[in-house]
Amino acid sequence: MFELLGIPPQVLFGQLLLGLINGAFYATLSLGLALIFGLLNIINFAHGALYMMGAFVAWLLLNMLGIGYWPSLFLAPVLVGLFGILLEKTMLSRLYKLDHLYGLLLTFGLALMIEGLFRQMYGVSGLPYPIPDALKGGQNLGFMFLPNYRGWVVVASLLICFATWFLIERTKLGSYLRAATENPALVQAFGINVPRMITLTYGFGVALAGFAGVLAAPIYSVNPLMGSNLIVVVFAVVVIGGMGSIMGAILTGFGLGMVEGLTKVFYPEASNTVIFIIMAIVLVLKPAGLFGRAR
Amino acid sequence: MIRILGLVVLVAAALAAPYFFYPIFLMKALCFALFACAFNLLLGYVGLLSFGHAAFLGTAAYITGHSMKVLGLPPELGILAGTAAAALVGLVFGWLAIRRQGIYFAMITLALSQMIFFYALQAPFTGGEDGIQAIPRGHLLGFIDLTSEIALYHFVLAIFVFGWLVIYRTIHSPFGQVLKAIRENEPRAISLGYRTDHYKLMAFVLSAALSGMAGSTKTLVFQLASLTDVHWHMSGEVVLMTLLGGMGTVFGPVVGAFLVVSIQNYLAQMGSWVTIIQGGIFVVCVLLFRRGIVGEVLALIRKLRERQARTG
Repeated sequence: MFELLGIPPQVLFGQLLLGLINGAFYATLSLGLALIFGLLNIINFAHGALYMMGAFVAWLLLNMLGIGYWPSLFLAPVLVGLFGILLEKTMLSRLYKLDHLYGLLLTFGLALMIEGLFRQMYGVSGLPYPIPDALKGGQNLGFMFLPNYRGWVVVASLLICFATWFLIERTKLGSYLRAATENPALVQAFGINVPRMITLTYGFGVALAGFAGVLAAPIYSVNPLMGSNLIVVVFAVVVIGGMGSIMGAILTGFGLGMVEGLTKVFYPEASNTVIFIIMAIVLVLKPAGLFGRAR
Repeated sequence: MIRILGLVVLVAAALAAPYFFYPIFLMKALCFALFACAFNLLLGYVGLLSFGHAAFLGTAAYITGHSMKVLGLPPELGILAGTAAAALVGLVFGWLAIRRQGIYFAMITLALSQMIFFYALQAPFTGGEDGIQAIPRGHLLGFIDLTSEIALYHFVLAIFVFGWLVIYRTIHSPFGQVLKAIRENEPRAISLGYRTDHYKLMAFVLSAALSGMAGSTKTLVFQLASLTDVHWHMSGEVVLMTLLGGMGTVFGPVVGAFLVVSIQNYLAQMGSWVTIIQGGIFVVCVLLFRRGIVGEVLALIRKLRERQARTG
């Protein structure tokens, strides 16, 4: 068996795969954050909590109603999205005329409440969610062993990311959305219902988080704290990538996940902090972020 | 006249309080009040929302704990060491974070403070999950025994008053006027010839140092420095105290800190309900009274005065 820099390839590729999976979640979540930020000018602190909610909805659907993984993959994001729309309609929409910081504070409060409620009901030990039958087992690729489900997570999140990119960059609806990001008043004057578009965008961004949550459920145990641990890293990813571009968010997410995986191989002590260190370096060299515009 | 009377009552109440209330509770509240005031210097007077202030509180707590327990420094030097360490971390974080504004500033400070958290989790001297425990309180200046809770209370009170006065002087100085100008309209402050980045960095370091002083003092009170001090929940709590009490007022953060610490004390047995209620207070504050308790009271007094002036 050959070795790379003294590291057995199974270890190297194993960690790269883990990194790719983390990257998939970073990408899906930062994509949602970037979408919401573009139109609402709000950083959705509740994004992590809603990702956790996606996983819990899938778990509840399975254990209360016997609804399996595949329907949940569609149902849970829709339910989380509807919850998001409710939040936007009743609370967030009152804040658009104020300083953007209030949106951050409100969603932080919501995140604490959602997380606290789930913790109160289900504890912090984590609940198991089975891998669907169709994706059990794995493939021996010769240089490494690829569990089917992990491969599926990468493929599914790539698909959803590029579908979102296509929707926003290549369709009529997406062009309205981009126009409303640039100049909402003018788009409204053309007879397009901008407030409804804002509501739907928030719902969609949040549904992406819910989707990531369902994908994550069989890999990590379903845990009320799973979102808050992730969201801080996703914030750093967003700062590194800048929120100006959809493709930027996707690339940064996957790229940083891989960097994190590599760090685990070569210098495990820094694997928790490497993304924050990269963020500091990017801030010094290119403050607006890799794909960002100064605003 | 009323002001002087109010001040006398306040001082008398502060000095007599430990004979009527549980001293540890009062000291905890005072430490967090100083922490919130230091945070408010940045949010209320420069308009910078930092979501990483736990880093300064926690760094100072660990440095003070380590220097007193392992190196055997007396309390006054321990607190000084903690404060200096927090100021140094503040200098680095501030230098990085002021490159971006608004929401990005909040996210960057949060991410940077998470680095300190992971460092504290892994570094050998911090004791990982256990933290640094049983830190000796020692003798202040060599002759005041701080194991006496009454003596310690007065020391903590003195530190709080000192920190509060530093902040009060800062915001009422020409330097503070420039900070407020930056809050109101940064481009205009720049066009008037102020190097706003310097002012922002100086305010950031001052805020970090005073947060550190609060953290060091807290370590002295609880004889403990732990991961709770550096966790982002702590950063959120100080935002909550300031928001609830009233950002941009000198007494608001003090009121907010006492309320939040009281809530934590009374609901300590109720587990996650503390978090849920704190989240609820955030939501209610943002939606219904953004000026906070002290801010709303001040606004009410102003309105009454105006009405009086009109009728009288």
